[in-house]
Amino acid sequence: MKKSALSDEILLSIQQPARYIGGEVNACRKDKEKVDIRFAMCFPDVYEIGMSHLGIQILYDMFNSREDIWCERVYAPWTDLDKIMREQKIPLFALESQDPVKDFDFLGITIQYEMCYTNILQILDLSQIPLEASGRTKEHPFVIGGGPCAYNPEPLAEFFDLFYIGEGETQYFRLMDLYKEWKKSGASRETFLKQAAAIEGIYVPSLYDVSYHTDGTIASMTPICPEAPKKVKKQAVSNMTDTFYPEKPVVPFIRATQDRVVLEIQRGCIRGCRFCQAGMLYRPLRERSLPVLKEYARKMLANTGYDEISLSSLSSSDYPKLKELVYFLIDECGSKGVNISLPSLRIDTFSLDVMSKVQDIKKSSLTFAPEAGSQRLRDVINKGLTEEDILTGAGQAFEGGWNRVKLYFMLGLPTETEEDRKDIARLAEKIAEKYYEIPKDKRTGKCQIVVSTSFFVPKPFTPFQWARMCTQEEFLDRAYVVNHEIKEQLNRKSIKYNWHEADVTVLEGILARGDRKVGAVIKKAYEKGCLFDSWSENFRNDLWMEAFEACGIDMDFYTTRERAMDEKFPWDFIEIGVSRAFLEREWKRALEEKVTPNCRQGCSGCGASVYQGGVCHEHTRQVP
Amino acid sequence: MNIRVKFRKYGTLKFIGHLDVMRYFQKAIRRAGLDICYSEGFSPHMIMSFASPLGVGLTSDGEYMDIRVNTSPSSGEALARLNETMAEGMEVLSWKQLPADSKNAMSVVAAADYELRFRPGYRPEEGWQEKFRKFLSLDQILVDKKTKKGQKTLDIRPWIYQWETNGDGIFLQVSAGSVHNLKPELLMQAFGLWSGLEIPPSSFLVHRKEIYADQGTDGRHRFVPLEAAGEDIE
Ligand code: SF4
Repeated sequence: MKKSALSDEILLSIQQPARYIGGEVNACRKDKEKVDIRFAMCFPDVYEIGMSHLGIQILYDMFNSREDIWCERVYAPWTDLDKIMREQKIPLFALESQDPVKDFDFLGITIQYEMCYTNILQILDLSQIPLEASGRTKEHPFVIGGGPCAYNPEPLAEFFDLFYIGEGETQYFRLMDLYKEWKKSGASRETFLKQAAAIEGIYVPSLYDVSYHTDGTIASMTPICPEAPKKVKKQAVSNMTDTFYPEKPVVPFIRATQDRVVLEIQRGCIRGCRFCQAGMLYRPLRERSLPVLKEYARKMLANTGYDEISLSSLSSSDYPKLKELVYFLIDECGSKGVNISLPSLRIDTFSLDVMSKVQDIKKSSLTFAPEAGSQRLRDVINKGLTEEDILTGAGQAFEGGWNRVKLYFMLGLPTETEEDRKDIARLAEKIAEKYYEIPKDKRTGKCQIVVSTSFFVPKPFTPFQWARMCTQEEFLDRAYVVNHEIKEQLNRKSIKYNWHEADVTVLEGILARGDRKVGAVIKKAYEKGCLFDSWSENFRNDLWMEAFEACGIDMDFYTTRERAMDEKFPWDFIEIGVSRAFLEREWKRALEEKVTPNCRQGCSGCGASVYQGGVCHEHTRQVP
Repeated sequence: MNIRVKFRKYGTLKFIGHLDVMRYFQKAIRRAGLDICYSEGFSPHMIMSFASPLGVGLTSDGEYMDIRVNTSPSSGEALARLNETMAEGMEVLSWKQLPADSKNAMSVVAAADYELRFRPGYRPEEGWQEKFRKFLSLDQILVDKKTKKGQKTLDIRPWIYQWETNGDGIFLQVSAGSVHNLKPELLMQAFGLWSGLEIPPSSFLVHRKEIYADQGTDGRHRFVPLEAAGEDIE
């Protein structure tokens, strides 16, 4: 029978013991004696979050398709179990075999957001693996990082042996083959790392020296051996139809955040919103073909038994065959008691028709993400959504019986003025007025408009990577302006406003654009007890502040400082296809309030066409 | 048509709570491609109900759920299809068609068999069996039970129908269901208090063996397993 790393007594004393027992439907079991490589794939957050992540499911499936590799899952033990494991010195284990992670060949950690960095240290610590890569020996697994935050890996550089930059489908098998050779050869750990560094897309931080100017900015970053390339190239799949996809994803016993089949319809985005990191990192846009998606949908529903299916992509409305796909799903699923959870779509006749078919109009709401209140600022951020689009869409929906609207905005965007902030409230008001234009007998009660703002964080590899970030006080002042202005509106009773704390945003900004020096702060914060920082109930800003203080790191250097156009950024050694020249151009155009067309309107020559696939090869004309 | 499904739950799946077991079976039925009935509306749900929720930490050889299907393959095939898709720790044991007029499982539950086993190293001191015998020969066993309205003192002795001690455990047949549901843990707590023995809840494993309906007339019990209400489908 299946073994368990934790005793019944422990499992009965903690919340959600099912997080730790493994054995879910479609989980992969292999004979550990018959595999050459044991790979522990970790999402450094609690099980319910980690299990919802598609990327891990794809890699899990890909690795396990090879007979010589057994890939297992690891998630961050929640604080209750964390405490017990420390007290009783229980090593962190992988779910499938329940074996200690420290006995594996690889520990892969996907790094999806900055606020999980202390959890990465928790994973290493509980696994009884030295936190610093330099302290590891042949007895330890290689720790490899990936995911969007690996595009600026520098704050985490000392904790990882390697990083994989880009999409895992392309080079992981080569790395595994290399590892097998190395293991047989009995050569040193350094030898493997050097050989790995020669694989395209692999970054080995210990093979680079970084020097700084007296002002703290980077002077140079140089490889210390010939194997390490000057520039590390992002990996991207060129043909999305002919690649790995988990037809039998693991089905958790407990409810995960994404408790459904997820169909990734495309990767990348044509839009080019200037604040959006994903939009730049995952260029070019690459679609999966309709027949393949239909096939996946059928198989995955049959193999999992889920009662819900959702579509995943950055901007689903841009998928050319969306109509066909959605109507297919409605036909296919309706009779089987399967719900379709729609992504947020551009509001038009089509989306309203589908929404009315798959949701209860009275309970569902319309979602718009104008991101900025005024047209001027929307031009700055290159968000091609106009006030007219919103009012027409909302009007159509109100006629159709909807009365709830959700609006998403950002505060603290470059060039943002008081007027721009007030325009958020005014836009909400105009939508409300649109609703009350409908004759009373045709309305369904009051309308409810929920305005949410998040605070803008400048991210690497976006046109706004040069931008100054607001302080906590500035952020909150901006939220108060919006709040106050909403109270001034005629229909204020129909408008609700939500905003968040700003301290965690400031920290996110530091970690996002941080350099190697920030690593010490992360470690200090972890040692002081910071963990699960993305969970507001656990977030301890005071401890983080103490950590900055103790390490002598000036936060403003990373946030409010104005960056020169020619500053060397910590992430400049990575090539994502999209060129620095393009980002510079876009930053200037932003300040000139000029919009840039999307990839389907015309190519702007961003550089991503080197990946030989997707939208870059669809067309057409070059934008001058 | 209504079907009564009997299943067992063992191993680490004892850590899966009742609501998750329900969701587990909803998915399993879809994976097995069985033709279950759904309710109407925007989020249709399966017509499915369980006899008696099993607490986290307990294993069982006799769990039941009733479902409604449009059509059904033979019992043998339905079982094979379900078991094909079970996770380790769940096994479906029987698939019986219920008579059209039968009541649902939950409403007929009257008694259940349990096996309690002390965990290695947690067996109470020598002579506990003797103490248990004395305890059960009391006319009344009073326990305090928390209810919504506050505390209530209950006599649980009449709800214990059969019992037997063996080397490192106890067999119990007790009242179950909506009228008087006696949890073995409550009985053991009372025994601990009365005898002064150290019996924390974590010291023994609870295994449910069977759930019964009461077909007795004239005030006498006649317990029959819930599955006896239905027939195999050929
Ligand atoms: S190269 Fe052109 S088409 Fe391709 S992603 Fe860049 S802007 Fe879009």
